[in-house]
Amino acid sequence: MLQTYEYPEFPYTQSDEQKNGVVKRHPAIIIGAGPIGLTTALDFAQQGIPVVVLDDNNTVSVGSRAVCYAKRPLEIWDRLGCGQRMIDKGVIWKIGKVFRQDDLVYQFDLLPEEDHKIPAFINLQQYYLEEYMIERCKDFGDRVDLRWKSKVISLRNEADHVVLQVETPDGVYQVEADYVVSCDGANSDTRKMLGLDFEGQFFQDRFLIADVVMKADFPAERWFWFDPPFHPNQSVLLHMQSDNVWRIDFQLGWDSDPEEEKKPEKVIPRLKAMLGEDTEFELEWVSVYQFACRQLNDFRCGRVFFAGDAAHQVSPFGARGANTGVQDIDNLAWKLKLVRDGKAPEALLDSYSEERVFAAADNLKHSTQSTDFITPKSKCSTFFRDAVLALAKEHEFARPLVNSGRLSMPTPYEKSSLNTPDEEAFAGKMQPGTNCADAPIRKDNQEGWFLNQIGERFSVVTFGDAPAIDTLDIDGIPCDILVVGKDFEDSKGRLTERYDGKNGTTYLIRPDQHVAARWRSFDKDKIATALNRATCRL
Amino acid sequence: MALNTKPNIADPDRFYQSLIDCHRDLSEDQSQRVNSKLILLLSNHIGDEAVLKEAMAIACAESGA
Ligand SMILES: Cc1cc2nc3c(=O)[nH]c(=O)nc-3n(C[C@H](O)[C@H](O)[C@H](O)COP(=O)(O)OP(=O)(O)OC[C@H]3O[C@@H](n4cnc5c(N)ncnc54)[C@H](O)[C@@H]3O)c2cc1C
Repeated sequence: MLQTYEYPEFPYTQSDEQKNGVVKRHPAIIIGAGPIGLTTALDFAQQGIPVVVLDDNNTVSVGSRAVCYAKRPLEIWDRLGCGQRMIDKGVIWKIGKVFRQDDLVYQFDLLPEEDHKIPAFINLQQYYLEEYMIERCKDFGDRVDLRWKSKVISLRNEADHVVLQVETPDGVYQVEADYVVSCDGANSDTRKMLGLDFEGQFFQDRFLIADVVMKADFPAERWFWFDPPFHPNQSVLLHMQSDNVWRIDFQLGWDSDPEEEKKPEKVIPRLKAMLGEDTEFELEWVSVYQFACRQLNDFRCGRVFFAGDAAHQVSPFGARGANTGVQDIDNLAWKLKLVRDGKAPEALLDSYSEERVFAAADNLKHSTQSTDFITPKSKCSTFFRDAVLALAKEHEFARPLVNSGRLSMPTPYEKSSLNTPDEEAFAGKMQPGTNCADAPIRKDNQEGWFLNQIGERFSVVTFGDAPAIDTLDIDGIPCDILVVGKDFEDSKGRLTERYDGKNGTTYLIRPDQHVAARWRSFDKDKIATALNRATCRL
Repeated sequence: MALNTKPNIADPDRFYQSLIDCHRDLSEDQSQRVNSKLILLLSNHIGDEAVLKEAMAIACAESGA
């Protein structure tokens, strides 16, 4: 098996502190070098926080894991300097088709709005994603210290630091950190070490996930079948990845034997039934999964923060796992930076949990709803599901009820305590708590993108007459002032349209590119109050 | 708009008869299928979520559960 990708092996080197037996205190330790741990490393490094990353393994993600990445995480990776590489290697798609038996019952077009830098979705094998991030880490030099074959075996919160024990091929050593970010995945050891409950449900179903190398003329679309002739009474999902690798998920039902189903002599006939006797293909990887949806109630425990699958686990219908985990880090990095620099109180760190627990719950709800449609839990819900599918072909109303996975969208922090509520009416979607929409701009006679002008610092974006100042320092927190029409041009008018920009319209934007507040005029005092609210300094 | 629980069907006997006729000669499963489709079609026609929830609440309360 495995035709297209060679797994890199990252060298283990013994750390100086283990060699010398001196216990060192690091500003931040990240546990796990999966997609979320690596995103943390990049974002912290970009914020100027040196990090040590501990991973018990020495390669990238092995086997069939994430495939689809949504616009928002790609925007974050773009900010971190590795998004474009992923997009270039990935497969861009926007059409999804849902079949029942042989019939096409429903088709959706992600209809990406024009004039955004980043596509709605790409498909890319998780190992490429991780490899590109690991390479990007090197650009930060010593600021990112990746330690392979380093397994965290114990962890303890103290009043102002965390103590960890790490096992390497050279034995066990102790390290300390001001803060720890646990990105050690769904089976998180750290979560267990801290005795935290991980609550939710396991679905009584199993899925065979096959990655297949073939030259096929399926289009770059997401195809989902309910009850197809080649796999009766169950569902099947097909996705294109790069290098002619295709992801195929077969629903197996709860009674299936996972060990038996993984055997090539069992898998190959299934694939032949689907692809036709004559299609040539090779298996790249086969696994059988049971899916679960569960989350922690609090993503902070003392000086340890949980992110990614360690904090929340979802079924993959709708491609939500890594996509939402990346947004955890987008939320955490700037907050930790301000607290570490003594510019914001510890309470700001609690808002990480407040905002991301809310987002995870929303995500879990979507994921559970999709799974309930695909794997109905009772006879009655099977009848309803089948009725929806039967009606959908002829009757338009039933099509939006078909749920083969709703694709991942960012959850606006509608109710966040960091938001300043609107005082006046605005059209469009950019209400406080929402991630900023992109738009094309022109700056110094070059075409560019709005999202590349903001981020990592607070910014004020104002339309129309320029205020008399061009930077603000609010009690030690600097804030860029960007005047649309002066600092850059709204080359296609999209920014004005998407932000309902009128003369005087002013937005305060957080370092994670989310709207903190907006007004119809530029008022320094209001900006200061809103920034103080957004940093828990009120 | 609230759920209308006052008589609203012009010819109750005829309506009831056609409902029963729908299910004539159907197995339990076939009937379930018909009912599921009927509920979906009618729910979409009503559209108003508050009204639908009110109907569900009454139906569930009377299920004796
Ligand atoms: C079949 C399938 C399809 C999926 N499809 C998608 C998709 O299309 N889109 C999407 O966004 N997501 C998808 N996901 C989910 C996605 O794979 C996960 O959400 C993602 O890998 C989570 O990243 P993570 O960094 O939180 O954890 P992981 O990727 O699990 O990484 C955890 C890391 O921590 C290390 N580690 C564990 N314990 C220790 C320890 N004690 N000490 C040191 N290191 C440790 C591990 O070695 C590992 O490297 C899919 C998952 C599956 C299974």
